[in-house]
Amino acid sequence: MANVRTIRRRIRSVRNTAKITKAMQMIAASKMRRAQLSTIAGRPYAQKILEVLADLMAQPAEAEDIHPLLRKREVKSIQLIHITPDRGLCGGLVSNLNRAAAQFVLGSQAPVRVVTVGKKGRDFMVRTGRDVKAVFTGMPDRPGIADISAIARLAIDDYTSGQVDRVVVSYAEFVNTAVQRPVVEQLLPVQPAELRAGEAVGYIYEPASLRVLGALLPRFVEMQIYHAMLEAIASEHSARMVAMRNATDNANELIDSLTLLMNKVRQEAITKELLDIVGGVAALE
Amino acid sequence: MKLEIVTAERLVYSEEVSGVVAPGIEGELGILPHHAPLLTILKPGELRIMKQGQEDAYLAVSGGFLEVMANRVVVLADTAERAEEIDEARAQAAMKSAQERVTHRAADVDLERAMASIQRAQARLKVVRRRRHPPQAGGGG
Repeated sequence: MANVRTIRRRIRSVRNTAKITKAMQMIAASKMRRAQLSTIAGRPYAQKILEVLADLMAQPAEAEDIHPLLRKREVKSIQLIHITPDRGLCGGLVSNLNRAAAQFVLGSQAPVRVVTVGKKGRDFMVRTGRDVKAVFTGMPDRPGIADISAIARLAIDDYTSGQVDRVVVSYAEFVNTAVQRPVVEQLLPVQPAELRAGEAVGYIYEPASLRVLGALLPRFVEMQIYHAMLEAIASEHSARMVAMRNATDNANELIDSLTLLMNKVRQEAITKELLDIVGGVAALE
Repeated sequence: MKLEIVTAERLVYSEEVSGVVAPGIEGELGILPHHAPLLTILKPGELRIMKQGQEDAYLAVSGGFLEVMANRVVVLADTAERAEEIDEARAQAAMKSAQERVTHRAADVDLERAMASIQRAQARLKVVRRRRHPPQAGGGG
């Protein structure tokens, strides 16, 4: 039977754990807010680039004029950009993400090669023996366009050189603080159907519209990856915040029940001692 | 005329202006109120903003797009910085390393990218230096 001292020691250690998880919860909350603000800050650019692209798509074009990044090909090879956190302690997020990615890999007809962003996804893909083409880790908490342009360039180069015929990105969509949904979205070829059909403005294009389109599409791809990255970061921190809140709650519950146990044990000890004394006195009489 | 400068990361500038001079890919282009709808590619350079009764302001942009529509100018910039945001030493270092890459041309050097970074650094330095030594005359718009 545990004695009072060991229980007290146990309570102290649980309390320390609770302090740490509480701190992590608060850090995650502030990082989540920052990621959400970045998403909002990037919205005007995203909106505008979509509008311009919609207008460009509405321009009449010859079949052979279709830009390489728009042209659909027979899919013989797929590239999956798998965005995951670098660190764990974020509840079921990582395993949900990895499961969604694995499902996509197993469900697709063509062979899939993987580009991982984040250590958790890398470890999973390497462990399950996937064809890992490139690995990116150590993404900052507030990534800039410069941080993701290497990923975008890799995707665009592999697509235009014909090494892959389709590029998809998997990340955790931030629905709200409690819900993060793993999604797999197509990046290349760029799907015109995704673009909201805006009314054609009839710009004067300078230079010709095709060249403008050629300059715009890579940036559109970059922006989509950037957006996915921000969503992933917001999801990671919100998942971690919830996980850490649960951990703190559990620790506090444990402290309560341990305290109760400690008091019970102490009372029993006192009762036993009293009985001993009373017994001793009775024996003397 | 309203001018908005946005990057993928943030809204940089949003104000009423009386004119804009932008580094278009086919040459500098000036835009005054009631310009026809236009969409053009920008190259790295300085963007001059003219406002009534104020000195011209300059921003360094490193490429992007410029859209004119319904008396509104929107610049979709890859990056856009005001003079006070530019790190001059860093721009200079970038310029130097890019120039080196161009002169001692190794086999794996991407000339196009090196030239592009020279242009970007040049644009930044131009804007920074203009702030330090403002032109004495002809600065009005």
